Amino acid sequence: MDTPPLLVQVTNVTKRFGGTVALNEASFACRHGSIHALVGENGAGKSTLVKMLAGVVVPDSGQIDINGQLSTMQSPADAARLGIVPVFQELSLMTSLTVAENVFISNPPHNRLGLVNQRKLRQQSEALFADLGFSHVDPDALVSELPLAQRQLVEIAKALSRHPQILIMDEGTSALAVHDVSLVFAVMRRMRDEGRSVIFISHRMDEVKEIADHLTIFRDGRNLGSFVTGEVNEGQMVQLMIGHSLEEVFPPKPEITAPRQPLLEVINLSWDNRLNNINLSVGKGEIVGLGGLDGQGQGELLFALFGLLNGITGQICIEGKPRHINSPSVAAKAGINLALIPEDRKTEGLILKMSVGNNVTMATIDELSRFGLIDERRELTTIQRVIQQMQVKVSTLKAPVNTLSGGNQQKVVIGKWLLTQAKLYLLHDPSRGIDVGTKQEIYRLIRELADQGAGILYFSTELAELVGMCDRVLIFYEGKVIRELVGAEITQQAIVSAGMGLNATVVEPIEK
Amino acid sequence: MTANISVEAALRLRFRRLVNRNFRVGLAFIAMFILLTINAALNPRFFTAPVLTSTSNQAMTLIFAGMAQTSVVVTGGIDLSVGPIISLTNSLASTLFPRNVPGGIGAIIVVLLAGALCGLVNGLIVVYGRLQPIIVTLATASIFGGIALYLRPTPGGFVPDWYNAVLTQRIFGLIPASLVFLLLVILVVWTPFRRSRLGMWVYATGSNEAATYMSGINVNRAKLAAYMMGGLLAAIAGLFITAQTQSGNASTGAVFTLQSIAVVVLGGTSLFGGSGGVSGTIAGGFTLRLISGILFFANVNPLQQPLWEGAVMLIAVVAGASRIFTVKNRLDILR
Repeated sequence: MDTPPLLVQVTNVTKRFGGTVALNEASFACRHGSIHALVGENGAGKSTLVKMLAGVVVPDSGQIDINGQLSTMQSPADAARLGIVPVFQELSLMTSLTVAENVFISNPPHNRLGLVNQRKLRQQSEALFADLGFSHVDPDALVSELPLAQRQLVEIAKALSRHPQILIMDEGTSALAVHDVSLVFAVMRRMRDEGRSVIFISHRMDEVKEIADHLTIFRDGRNLGSFVTGEVNEGQMVQLMIGHSLEEVFPPKPEITAPRQPLLEVINLSWDNRLNNINLSVGKGEIVGLGGLDGQGQGELLFALFGLLNGITGQICIEGKPRHINSPSVAAKAGINLALIPEDRKTEGLILKMSVGNNVTMATIDELSRFGLIDERRELTTIQRVIQQMQVKVSTLKAPVNTLSGGNQQKVVIGKWLLTQAKLYLLHDPSRGIDVGTKQEIYRLIRELADQGAGILYFSTELAELVGMCDRVLIFYEGKVIRELVGAEITQQAIVSAGMGLNATVVEPIEK
Repeated sequence: MTANISVEAALRLRFRRLVNRNFRVGLAFIAMFILLTINAALNPRFFTAPVLTSTSNQAMTLIFAGMAQTSVVVTGGIDLSVGPIISLTNSLASTLFPRNVPGGIGAIIVVLLAGALCGLVNGLIVVYGRLQPIIVTLATASIFGGIALYLRPTPGGFVPDWYNAVLTQRIFGLIPASLVFLLLVILVVWTPFRRSRLGMWVYATGSNEAATYMSGINVNRAKLAAYMMGGLLAAIAGLFITAQTQSGNASTGAVFTLQSIAVVVLGGTSLFGGSGGVSGTIAGGFTLRLISGILFFANVNPLQQPLWEGAVMLIAVVAGASRIFTVKNRLDILR
């Protein structure tokens, strides 16, 4: 007897982006009527796989079969014809249109002249939302008027209005309120019972356990195994997810002999529901990591300290003095001396078309000027000193900074703040998109800065970095610091399980 | 009891939404009414049929030019060829018009088609050349202006009296014909476009082009439609000024390019696209023209008119941007 074909069968697909291999001969299968979770660390290849199934990314090699038919998807429209509809993490709504218009944008009810029937459009949306249990979402609201959590529901409703055979969700529930998550789960179960399938990426282990019937673990672009949920315990999953493939060389951590002098103290800092009563301190010479899942308030904390957020409450003290930091120029001022290495160096860290030299002196040009005119000779010697100290590889100082490699660009960003004699560095994924060799140089530089007495707040989405670099790690969850790991407590297992809201002691490492 | 409260809450929400959504358009109408009041105070004859008609006529070409600009701005683009399309269609009309009425209607149709074709050319180059609208329309502006000069090297031509009467005189000696014409254009041209699927897609494209594309919508077609609509409305402006001046002049449209952008901004349409509409633009057009009426009656030197127009615009734009103070992440202002 023939077994019915699998709904999704991915065989040996490879996908490269530039030098990095996102998927490496990966295979994956999903059957009809299944809720299938994809788990793994950042950069494990889950998102690429899912984008491939949605027609957003075309594989370099390998084969995708949908319902036993070889697929040649080239676009999201092709995928939609095969019944595959995605809900992505990055919100893709038209914010100045109404909820109803967004949901039925591709096929609004219309008359023979092409005029949209607004009343019918609203009725259709109301009916759909009632059916899904999303009745608290107002179809007449503009998307821009909705809170983020409800926008995600609109996104899901939009996907479901197209009656997908396969619904794909990339962190589709991460922005949702608790009550709404259960609504979405109910919809997912109903799809499963109708023989349709859901493939979803989640970083929340409790969610995976609750809703998924199958799960597949990814690491380094490969499928490490698919399991029936319940066949593997959490400890085994965490162990598989992190593995030991990354051998990075981190500078040694110093022995603490005397208590550190306090540099930064944050007391009851809150902002807009996204930072809730944060208390933390950073000592001189200390590297404090910010860990946890993506988007739990770590980035907002850095923004708040650097004076970018309006309406923060609580207190920020630098060297014991309360400071009111309401703009980056105040943050960089003498006495406060903060430096932010932003997440996106291309848009927020550098002025790409200006020269390497101009970028280096961007924050200190006032001090290099006399009567408003730049002292070019002093500027040049300053630039040369920084370039040498940072070992920036550059042919000429006049070269636009965008001609440099990512690693050298990041050195320029750091060098800019070196000149301000910053006391506290706020780092947001400082090694992102940088090759391994340069990464090590940057790690060494960061440790040197700390050894010279600077404090460092280190937000990284790479576990190995937090473990290798930080003296302490604070775990964020929904805008709160939920755990502090110190010294030997800082392990990848502990960070992963604490970040998912699990108790670290539950997780026992399994023997390999 | 609870039902009452929730009804009240729903009403309050609806009211707040109405205010929020129409904040900037509302400002444009407030500005217009303030200027109307000042005009009426300075000129006791302001609310008589002849004065109202001439005021309406003076504003109308600018209003149609602004509507043309709105159509393109909604997609996130800009059209610097609005003025030259007005010149071109005005010049074309002044060479085509015959004496008889059926021939005249034929001429009007040809002129409208010519305007739509100009818009289509703009759209095709922007969409398929993947070029910035400001550059493309700067170039086509010169081309359209050149064609206008070719058609009408010197001002003149023939425009029949009946045509002037139909568009610029009064109906029953009371209602300005130009206002009725504006209403007709809104009902027959703009509203069907705005309310259609295509119009919805035009707004969607302006709001978030990537998301619209990802929803399986033909973004190119939506943009082409918006540029064509822009050309068509500019042709209507050209036809109106033809009726008003009863002659053709290849340089008649030049001033309308920048003024059309001004009234779009005054009317609260975002230059980033995706929102706004022609109602604000219409209020903006009247506002800009009412200033000259005030200056005339206040005995201000006409040469200072641009100065006062600029001042009013600046005040309106600053008021419209006042909500920037509620932004929570300062970086959001820059990105």
